Amino acid sequence: MQTSGQSTTAHGRAGLADAPRPPLSDLPSVEPVTGSDLVELYRLMTAVRHLDLAAISWQRQGIVPAYAPELGQEAAQVGSALAVDPKRDFVFPTYRELGVARACGVDMVEYMSTHKATWHGGLWNPAETHVAPIQAVVAGSVLHAVGWAHGQTLEAHGELPAEGYNVAITYLGDGASSQGDVHEAMNFAAIFKAPVVFFVQNNGWAISVPTERQVAGGSVAARGAGYGIPAIQVDGNDAAAVLTATRRAVAHARAGQGPAIVEAMTYRRGPHATSDDPGRYRSLEDERLDAGADPVARLRERFVAEGIADAAALNEADDAAAAEAERVRRGVLALGGRPGAEMFDLVFQEPTDELLRQKANWQAETEWHEESEHA
Amino acid sequence: MHETLTAPKAEPETRMAQVPAQLELSLQGALNLALDEILAEDPKALVLGEDVGTLGGVFRVTSGLAAKHGAERVFDTPLAESGILGMSIGLAMAGFHPIPEVQFDGFAYPAVNQIVCQLGRMNYRSRGTLPMPVTLRVPSFGGIRAPEHHGESLEALFAHVPGLKVVSPSDPQQGYSLLKAATRMPDPVIFMEPKSRYWQKGQVVLEGSGAAGTARGGAANDGGGSPSSSDLTGARIARAGRHLTLVAWGAMVARCLQVAELAAEDGIDVEVLDLRWLKPIDAEALATSVGKTRRAVVVHEAPRTSGLGGEVAQIITERCFATLKAPVERVTGFDVPYPSGDLEDEYIPNIDRILFGIQRVLEYKRG
Repeated sequence: MQTSGQSTTAHGRAGLADAPRPPLSDLPSVEPVTGSDLVELYRLMTAVRHLDLAAISWQRQGIVPAYAPELGQEAAQVGSALAVDPKRDFVFPTYRELGVARACGVDMVEYMSTHKATWHGGLWNPAETHVAPIQAVVAGSVLHAVGWAHGQTLEAHGELPAEGYNVAITYLGDGASSQGDVHEAMNFAAIFKAPVVFFVQNNGWAISVPTERQVAGGSVAARGAGYGIPAIQVDGNDAAAVLTATRRAVAHARAGQGPAIVEAMTYRRGPHATSDDPGRYRSLEDERLDAGADPVARLRERFVAEGIADAAALNEADDAAAAEAERVRRGVLALGGRPGAEMFDLVFQEPTDELLRQKANWQAETEWHEESEHA
Repeated sequence: MHETLTAPKAEPETRMAQVPAQLELSLQGALNLALDEILAEDPKALVLGEDVGTLGGVFRVTSGLAAKHGAERVFDTPLAESGILGMSIGLAMAGFHPIPEVQFDGFAYPAVNQIVCQLGRMNYRSRGTLPMPVTLRVPSFGGIRAPEHHGESLEALFAHVPGLKVVSPSDPQQGYSLLKAATRMPDPVIFMEPKSRYWQKGQVVLEGSGAAGTARGGAANDGGGSPSSSDLTGARIARAGRHLTLVAWGAMVARCLQVAELAAEDGIDVEVLDLRWLKPIDAEALATSVGKTRRAVVVHEAPRTSGLGGEVAQIITERCFATLKAPVERVTGFDVPYPSGDLEDEYIPNIDRILFGIQRVLEYKRG
């Protein structure tokens, strides 16, 4: 196992793996990122950074029972999400995709509802936002993305629409890449030439197990060669590079060329979840050496170096992010529980008689309990 | 077995013109016809699975459908059940009505995560915004001397999963009508086809005149003898009787009908209740039948422990406790892995074992 500061490049463990490189040239090139792209990246990444850190505090304060932080993955999440159009495309997140959801316009109180234990999938409307519900099974929704994407080609009856296909983007990590469903999904996607982008956040850790003991060969992107799927491995802490790589992958899928893989090499700076104790499997020194440069700070330094924005503009974004986090905190605090009847009402579109009987009994017994408490 | 594998000679244009039409069909042919009509009526319907396209399915249930409805709508997938189910879920999210096939019962196990954790929960997880109108066809149960994992009875597993509905037809008419009913539902249905009955023929009254009942969720034509949509939601009396109720589904219905004829020779008038829907179970039908006969034996191929027979017995007990003359008896498979062909006749409830079950109930003495 080579974790403790063995790979101390400028990018830390987020540096590119020494695995065989997939055929990058198979993906179309896209316009370089613009200054306004960078400003938007910074605005969103800052918002996400504030929300993510705030959510840990909320957990410590008892506002939410648990949270899965994405500290350090802001560039990978925001950069990839900005490459798709949620009005027409469809996003399939896992449980660690605050940045993706924020960039796709999901209401952050509705997003945090899953961590507040209000509703497993979250309270936002996936049919309207085109962001699928929270998925707690790693790789659980990767196949769904392939099915949805294949549906887009079926809708078009095999004829590429002028505006190209709608594209599915599915999120998975280095841990999820061990799941058989990921193989099935990539194979199906290639067989059906489905317009889907597999976006892999290789963040170095699947809870306590490092990538070295998770991903044979060292790269998920390298597997693309076996499926005939073009793949890019990208510095996942470089927001502009992630945006460009994902735009290339989306352009490929949109043009009817089939699936693509983007593997963003990043680093999970925080614990797996607020219940985790990384001290049992890595030291603070390991983290310092392995994490590489902070993606938000890196982007900020680029602004200053290239004169894209001055410190005042960046501070303004920071202030807006802090204010947003506070607004979301108030919203999460004010968020009430769902009525128990929803347990029964939302199982089926057409509930069974037995379920209605159980609901009626539950209601009667609940009312009895409430009445007797009043008495 | 291959000499019996005859695909139906479908002539849909002339058939649809008949009002109402009635055909002699095997269960395989009836299912094939139902899928043909579903694909014609519902532009969002898709058939997918292993070998369902060019080959027409290993049991020929999808024979001719790809040629008629197009290789886009009836298509072969790679050999991966989780992929088939996961893809179907995504297709449903995209607005389609997938009808996936898992080639044999035992191959549903590799898809359990997608069936249990995804298909059964997506409507709930998404708060009703992503319905799952998916009908999963599973050639099921034993009786054909097949290899391992080709004779399993998974109804209790599926029925235990919140968010799934489960149904099993017992004859060609049920196959035709229930498949059409299942595919019109907005919720996931596991459709368990009794593979040992695929080649048994029977009269099938077709739905309507070809014009009625075409809309998804629309009612079937009630006029021509074909079961109406309201008749398709619960159990059915396969044989009326006064002394005892045999409760069965799938291939066991035909066996129970044989048993009933034999029992009649001894003056025992057996009612056979074809449960059809294994979730939801038609509790009213059970109560009505056993309320009348006051004795019940439930018969299934699946292992006994935690089998659906226990659920049926409990429903009967709750509703008929005061009038029951004996505890509900179970005649079932054993708590063993489904055995090789040489032993499957020992495993599947046979006529003698069911008759013994009837005898135990009839001879039961209180205290």
